Parts: sequence; structure tokens; C-alpha cells
Amino acid sequence: MDNIGTHSLDFFELDHNENTKAMGRSLTNRILTGICVTLSLLTMIPLISIIVLLLKNGLPLLSASIFTELPPAAGMTGGGFGNAIIGTLVMVGLGLAISTPVGILSAIFINEYSQTSRLSRAVRFVAKLLTGIPSIICGVFAFAIVVLPNQTFSAFAGGVALSVLMLPTILLTAEQALMGVQNAYREASYGLGATRFQTIVRVVLPDALPAMMTGIMLAVARAAGETAPLIFTALFSQYWASSLNEPTASLAVLIYNFSTVPFPHQVSMAWTASLVLVAFVTIANVAAQTIFARKN
Amino acid sequence: MSAPTSQSNSLAHYKSGPDFFRLLCWLASAVTVLTLGWIIFKIVESAWPAIHKFGWDFLTSSAWLPNRERFGVFPFIVGTVVSSFVAILMAFPLGLAIAIFLSENFLPAPVRQVIRFVVEMLAAIPSVVYGLWGIFVVIPLSKSFADWMVSVFGGVPIFAGPAYGNSLFTASIVLAIMILPTITAISRNSLSSVPKTLREGAYALGSTRWEAILGVILPSAAPGIVAATILALGRAMGETMAVAMLIGNSSRLSWSIFSPAGTLAGLLANQFGEAQELQVNSLMYAALILIIITLFVNMIGEAVLRYTQHQTAGIR
Repeated sequence: MDNIGTHSLDFFELDHNENTKAMGRSLTNRILTGICVTLSLLTMIPLISIIVLLLKNGLPLLSASIFTELPPAAGMTGGGFGNAIIGTLVMVGLGLAISTPVGILSAIFINEYSQTSRLSRAVRFVAKLLTGIPSIICGVFAFAIVVLPNQTFSAFAGGVALSVLMLPTILLTAEQALMGVQNAYREASYGLGATRFQTIVRVVLPDALPAMMTGIMLAVARAAGETAPLIFTALFSQYWASSLNEPTASLAVLIYNFSTVPFPHQVSMAWTASLVLVAFVTIANVAAQTIFARKN
Repeated sequence: MSAPTSQSNSLAHYKSGPDFFRLLCWLASAVTVLTLGWIIFKIVESAWPAIHKFGWDFLTSSAWLPNRERFGVFPFIVGTVVSSFVAILMAFPLGLAIAIFLSENFLPAPVRQVIRFVVEMLAAIPSVVYGLWGIFVVIPLSKSFADWMVSVFGGVPIFAGPAYGNSLFTASIVLAIMILPTITAISRNSLSSVPKTLREGAYALGSTRWEAILGVILPSAAPGIVAATILALGRAMGETMAVAMLIGNSSRLSWSIFSPAGTLAGLLANQFGEAQELQVNSLMYAALILIIITLFVNMIGEAVLRYTQHQTAGIR
């Protein structure tokens, strides 16, 4: 084997010098591969560190009562974050209730009714830009249109802020979902005499639904973890909320508030709340991908 | 005679039924488009007293003194830009390495699957959790690293002491981890959309794997990687909670990256809850500057990305 190699090298008139050059090339190759693999593995360190700390610092306080009780006052121990969990669910739900109809109907318009009209192009452009605006701007907007006129921080303002955050995700994934529906389905539906409306509602939407659900779950996962849009729209509360028009606690804001106080118990609670939040976000993300995988 | 009549009948039926649904969809689209305009309009409207009072000086003044009703955001603009650029410097080599790693077959597929999962998890972790982790893990590490840097390179203004735990450097480390998924995902897309024929051509001419990567694949994916970096920059500039928890929120300008600093987003997060009157207007003005900067950066990123897709479509 070696003989043949040497022979063929001779055949191509490679002298000793060129041979070492070839070895140098393969060495460079190995070094670069090593660097690339090392850097890639390096990213696992922060993730592992975060997960280990979440479990180590978060698990000790995790109990049934932490989901049902109110946050402890400064310096006190015990308690839980039941109101923050409810608050997060309510505000994410409000955000969904506003952004889902707008996002999906817009997606239907730009993909089913007029793909190339000026309005459709504007919708795609604006949706792209909205994905890029900082989440805190959503909070500033909700502050201006809800908090200032109502003269109070509220769950409603938080929901409005989250809806702006969720809209582009839902719209763009819904558009992708509609684009994924085969044209043959639409043609068959028209061929059977169905109207455009019947085709969309009976044929296109059912086929696109799983992929749309993926987008909605991704939006939920993102919104649930967001603090910036809620910090000065919903603010925080130590108590159970009795209406949508009063300051409301959320898990994300609780973590922020409790992480910067000098009381060890509150800090542990911030870790437990983080653990719950990360678990929720991960479940929502996994659900999104499972729905997507089943569809394909 | 009967055939055309029935056809026009069916057309009439076709038109009368669904029209309201089309109108509904049209309305939703209009709402989507107007949302962006509404956001900008409301922010400008609420910022107006401050815009009127401070004008351009707001951008260049370094005084943020709510008690004396004097407001200027120059240090926060500098902090936003510098912290994001430092984060990009750290995240770019990592992100590119992972993108190359994921689009090549150095290691078996399961290992690549694990790395992909790790990157997706990094994208899913909420900003505030990064902040909490940063307070307890990154600040101590960053502080001891900064102390060492100051003792060795302290003469260089950007590494000057004293080193703080809550610093621009600390915030940038966490920002780098947070924008890594953005850089990786978009770079990987553009790397794997490099036409197969180019790669095969390089191998056919006898190049090694890395000669093909460095000489052919990276150059053809370069615009996409640039777009990824610009979009990640936009991300970093708008990132709020983790930065607000780690950067120290100081309005004092400093040359050293180991000193506390502040960003526009962090300023908003810290002060909006308790602000009154002119301070609210000034914060709205700061929000306007932030939205203009991030929209500008993102538009450039999207434009580069679109150019890339246009170009590779031609080769295939």
C-alpha cells in the first residue's frame, strides 16, 4: 500500500519538499478542525452551568405550597409565587387573544388573497421589522397607550405589550404554514365548486393548523419569559389580582425584583421561580417542535 | 343564452359569500401595518415635550439629573453601542465555529444534534434568568479576570482599573452568550445553502476540507454571515433585562470596559416605573432613539440577507 503511494507520488513528480507540504496541509486541517470542535463544545459550559445552578438553588424551595401562596414581604420567609404564576398565564393569554386573530387573518390575507399587493408587501416588511424591535419598546408602547390614560399599571397593559411582541412570530409562522399547503388542494377544492372562503376554511386552514400551532407555542414560550415589556406595564403586586385593571405580578418580574434584594430567602425564591419559568418555556418549545415534527 | 347566465350567476355567488371574510383579513393586515406606525407615533407624541425642550442636545449631553430636570443620553448611547460591539467580538468566533461545525460532518450526527440542542436551549432561556445567573456566576469570574487584566494591562485606558463586578465587560459576556444562537442559526443557513457544486468543485481540484471551507465555502457564505452578525448586533442593542442587572447602570462615561456603564434599554427598565412628567417624556425620547438605532441596524441586516438569498438563487 505504502509502495503504491510512493510510486504514484513519483509519477506526479512530487519531490520530498512537496510531500512535507502535503503533510503540512493535513496538519493545518487537523488543527483547524480541533479549534472548531473545541469552540463548539465550549458553548456547552454556560448552558450546563445555568442548568446545574437552577437545579441546585431552585429545587430546595420547590414544593406544592410555593405554587399556591403569596410572595413573602421583604426579609420574611415562607410564602410562594402563586399570584405570579396566575399573572403570567393571564397576561400571556391576553397577549394571545389579541395577537392570534390579527396575526392569522393577516397571514391569510397576504398568502391566500393577494400575495403581491402593496399591502401584503407592507405586512411582510412590518412583521420583519417588528421581530427586530427590542421587547422593551413593546412595554414603552403599552405604557403610552394603556398605563398613561388609565393612570394605573395593569395586567391589561402587560397583555397589550406581550401581544405586540407575539404578533410577528405568529404572523410569519402562519404565513409559512399557509405556504406549506399544496396548491393541488386548493385547485381540487375550487374544482369541486367551493368558494374561496370555503376553500380557506375547510381545506387550507385544517392542513396548515399544526404548523400554525407551532408558531403560537413559540410565541407563548417567548412571551412567558419576557420581563422587559411587563416591568413598567403590569409592574408587580404582593397580592392576588381581582381585576385586569390593577398592578399584577408575573414570574419574570418576580425573578428580577427578588434577585437584587439582600435577603437570602428571596434570592432562593428567585432561583425556584427561574426553574419553574425555564421548565415552562422548555415544555412550550418542545410542544412546538413536536407538533411541527408530527406534521412533517 | 343559458350558459353565460349561469356562469355569471355562479360568479355572483362566488363574490357575495366570502367578501366579508376578505374584508376581515384586509382589516387585520391594515392593523398589523399600522401597529408599527402607531408605536412610533405614540412614542414621538409622548416624547414631544422633551424633544421640544432639549432638541439635539439630548443626544450629546451627559447629564441625567431627574431632580434638576436635566436629561441627556450620550453615555447610554455609547454604552449601548460599545457593549453590543464587545459582545459581537466575543460571540462571532464562537458562533461561526459552531455554524461551520453544524454544516460539516467532523463528528457523527448525534454529536451535532447535541450541539444544535444546546444552542436552541440557549435561545430559549429568558433574559432575566441570564441576569440572575450572571449576578451569581459571571460577576465573580469577570471581576477576577478584570483584576488580573488591570494588573497587567492597566496602563491601556480601556483596561484601566479599578475593576468592578458590575461592568460593561460583564454585561458583554452574558450578551455574547445570548446572541450566539442568532449568529449560529443564520450563519448555518447561509453555509448550508452554498451550492453543492462549488464544494464538489473545490474537492475535485484537490483541496483539503479546510481549504474548501476557507477558500470557497466561507467566501460564498460571507454575505449571509455578515447579515447574521448585523442582526445579532441589533438584538444585543435592544437586550434589556440581563444587561440592566449586570452593567451597573451608571451614567458616568468611562474609557475602561471594566467600569460600570449604562444602556438605553437598561435606562428605560430602571426608571420608567417611578418616573414623573418631564422624566417620562425624556425616557420616551430615549426609547425613540433606541427604536431608531435598532430599526436601522435590523433593516441593514435584512437587506444584506435578502441580497444573499438573491445571489445564491442565481448560482443554483
